[in-house]
Amino acid sequence: MNAQAYFILSISLYLAAAVFAGLSYPRPSQSRYAYLLSAAAAVLGLISSGLVLLGQPAFRLSMPLLTALTDLTPSVRLFESLGFRMDELSAFFVFVISLLVVPISIYSVSYTREYQDTKSVALLGVLYNLFALSMILVVTADNALLFLIVWELMSVSSYFLVTFEHEKPEHVHAGLIYLVMTHVGTAFLILSFLLFYQHLHSLDFAVFRAEAVSLPDTARTLIFIFGLIGFGTKAGLVPLHIWLPYAHPAAPSHISALMSGLMIKTAIYGMLRVFLDFLQPDLVWWWGLVVLVLASISTVLGVLYALMEHDLKKLLAYHSVENIGIILIGIGLAMIAGAHPESLALISLAALALMAALYHTINHAVFKGLLFLAGGAVVSQTHTRNIEELGGLIKGMPWTSACFLIGSLAISALPPLNGFVSEWLTFQSLLLGLHLPELIVKVLVPLSAALLALSGALAAACFVKAFGITFLALPRSEHPQQAQEVPATMRGGMGILALLCVVLGILPVFVLPLLNGVASSLLGQPINVLFSGFVLAPLAPDQGTFSPLGLVLLLLVLAPVGLGIAYMSSELRRRRAPTWVCGLPHLSARMEYTATGFSKPIRLTFRNIYQPRREVEVETDVSSYVRQRIRYELQLAAPFEKYLYGPLSAGILKISGTLRRIQTGSINMYLAYIFIVVVILLLVVR
Amino acid sequence: MTMNLTEMAINTVIALSQLVLFLSLAPLATGWIRKVKAFMQTRQGPRLWQPYYDLAKLLRKEVIIPKNASWIFTLTPYLVFTATLVIGLLVPLYTSLVPLGFLADVITIIYLLALARFFTALAGLDAASAFGGLGSSREMFLAAIIEPAMMLAIFTVAVTAGSTSLSSVVERTGNWDLLAPSHIFAFIGLFIVALAETGRIPVDNPATHLELTMIHEAMILEYSGRHLALIEWASSMKLLLFITLLANVFFPWGIATQLTLANLALGLGIYSLKVFVFATAMALVECATAKLRLLRVPDLLAASFVLSLIALVLYFLLGGESRASL
Repeated sequence: MNAQAYFILSISLYLAAAVFAGLSYPRPSQSRYAYLLSAAAAVLGLISSGLVLLGQPAFRLSMPLLTALTDLTPSVRLFESLGFRMDELSAFFVFVISLLVVPISIYSVSYTREYQDTKSVALLGVLYNLFALSMILVVTADNALLFLIVWELMSVSSYFLVTFEHEKPEHVHAGLIYLVMTHVGTAFLILSFLLFYQHLHSLDFAVFRAEAVSLPDTARTLIFIFGLIGFGTKAGLVPLHIWLPYAHPAAPSHISALMSGLMIKTAIYGMLRVFLDFLQPDLVWWWGLVVLVLASISTVLGVLYALMEHDLKKLLAYHSVENIGIILIGIGLAMIAGAHPESLALISLAALALMAALYHTINHAVFKGLLFLAGGAVVSQTHTRNIEELGGLIKGMPWTSACFLIGSLAISALPPLNGFVSEWLTFQSLLLGLHLPELIVKVLVPLSAALLALSGALAAACFVKAFGITFLALPRSEHPQQAQEVPATMRGGMGILALLCVVLGILPVFVLPLLNGVASSLLGQPINVLFSGFVLAPLAPDQGTFSPLGLVLLLLVLAPVGLGIAYMSSELRRRRAPTWVCGLPHLSARMEYTATGFSKPIRLTFRNIYQPRREVEVETDVSSYVRQRIRYELQLAAPFEKYLYGPLSAGILKISGTLRRIQTGSINMYLAYIFIVVVILLLVVR
Repeated sequence: MTMNLTEMAINTVIALSQLVLFLSLAPLATGWIRKVKAFMQTRQGPRLWQPYYDLAKLLRKEVIIPKNASWIFTLTPYLVFTATLVIGLLVPLYTSLVPLGFLADVITIIYLLALARFFTALAGLDAASAFGGLGSSREMFLAAIIEPAMMLAIFTVAVTAGSTSLSSVVERTGNWDLLAPSHIFAFIGLFIVALAETGRIPVDNPATHLELTMIHEAMILEYSGRHLALIEWASSMKLLLFITLLANVFFPWGIATQLTLANLALGLGIYSLKVFVFATAMALVECATAKLRLLRVPDLLAASFVLSLIALVLYFLLGGESRASL
């Protein structure tokens, strides 16, 4: 069978899984088997996209039925080019999506049982499969109209998943923000595609690709800006990110994993498709600079807000803003370098930066998926998302905590896990970015590297907090005390992803050549970026090398030294004793550090960004030294909501309030309006 | 890569010598700093070899583990020790021909230190003591402030040398004008970073156990016996690492670039000399400054950040081009 056949089978299986879940409506407990079908569908997707990545030719699925329709109505040629196409870029994204859907589906088999008694798990199964399928279709659609249709399918199905627990008012609110923002984004995408249509008279992506060169400069710049806003909204790029920290945590955890790990990546796909595929032959360098600057800001702001968050899932959601920033740093750099097609050296740099971005796309999908699944396991056992109420879970949930730890190490970009490899590649491309001729780029690139370093260290601080407060020490409330390890399928799903974090961290040499192929196909020339063997060396061997496998082996070889020194000189005596509590009789959970306390130095140092407002009320008795009660309240400013979206929505409300006056309710008035419009149309258009 | 038997033997010898040198010299450097500080404070101070005696004593002692601590607490000392020890095989000490240097560049080395720090901070939280949490919180906060300054300093060095691989950096800086203005600024920037990263005054005081001021010591307060010995040893190795970086990156004079016996002997002698000069310098700085309040430390590191930025701008202003080959 070829890639195309696997692809068709995969799509059919997703649909079958959705139908199966729907049919299980009378017997909710059966609906969980639908997830096995989804996992199978994803495996087929892996095979199909893997074959294309390994060198099978790209294929296109057209829709004969719709083409026939076109023959009947020759004047409307919209349907002619509807179809799905899998080239290397699409294959890469189908691969990433499938890679994550397999373990998440396995996890969902027992995870969704949590909702069985209270909610319709059949509906959850249907929506889950539609959502996963729509993401696959988004990254393969080969026509602007079709793209927008499946894009909407993705947005709407995820909206219903965000509001799945609609009895909670905050979830409905989150859904509303999401729905508004995603449609603002879609509107900009429509504008951007209409600009193509206006000049090329086609909605076919093949035409966009071939003839985008002929567009006038203003149109190309507008397409870039609209595309950046449209896709940036879905990606969660600052300042368009405000929906993300509400919507992602509101959904059930396996959906959060899909949304944070994958859905935002479809926006990355869109940007690559429009900026580097359609507009590539002559990019303008400052487009890339805009992307680079916004990305660097997103990287730092995402992690800064994550540090102040004590809601486990919201914290993870903010980290998506950070990681999208890291991915877009690579893409921005690739766009700046790609604007100099005359220099082979700079095109190689573009390829390197692109590979860094693509590798981080896989890595973020894997570790963020893992973290959301592990977080979901914690929430399902403790029924709270507030980490201030957790603690000590490493004893009751050893597997979950080990998985969360691996995810934490990976997202903090620590070797030898996968996050570090892509961060290293990003650093290397930034270093080479100093070759770019524009002076402003030369100045901003080192700053971007410094911000990337800052965000890496802040992410480590954030995950010491998240892991340490949630899993270590003593339970801070009764919630975590009864927690038990989750069922086997949930552990299995997390285990696969944890294993992937390690494998992608140690053996990037097996993945990077495939990414090199994707980058070369986008940039239109064959480029060999990395030297082979188990050593990564970007562009030139004396540039600085890194061998993840060698480093791990060295760590393993030298581990006996420390162990040997310890075990040779002492008789392995060890004793358990209580922690030192300054002479008090018992250690209690109230003596532990809290998450708020943990992040306080950072809150104080970055107070210009957070603008914290705190209220302390002290109730005293007898004298001011005898304190009965202390109430402490801390609030952080939400600058984007306050200064950007507040005035914006107020303005829109005001305008619509004014416009409402024309809605008189009198039928005569409406007839008059219609008459006036018809007259104007006749005068202007004809 | 074709490598004949003699080359392999030589490389093995060099690697082993680096390992032994890094392990054995580290406590001595710590002891020397203490001695110089004592001298400056007109005290007699402990013997130069005291750190070795301390390690030997701790290694013989029983380990006490807090009741509610998890496996993270036990794993951490070994992980921290191994991660730091590995770095000894990756940096040029007395020769620029580091056999295993190709495994990791300077960025990787920094992130290996971050790995060690991550686990130390977790272990600090693991015992549920307020001190441990306090230490972890402060350590991770400082790390976040240090990292951008450090990355920018390294960026400057890497740009001027055209590589992030330390062997290449050392070899190429050795070839050209050492008094390049950009390097002076970058050196001061990295010196401040080194003080902060190794927990010296004015950022942290390794000799104090006062809860108001301690950072690193607070995290490892619950450690004892061989676990504490490994952590202390790793701390001295980290100190030696930063002294080595400062010495070899900015003043690579005399480092052996050829594998002749005379060259290597000379390199070894000069390296030891450099370590003692830089350790003395660090001790003097520690004596001359007062410890900063925790929330004042960002100002210090901002200074380091700006210095490195100036270094980078100077480099380009003075007509330098990125030396990295594309």
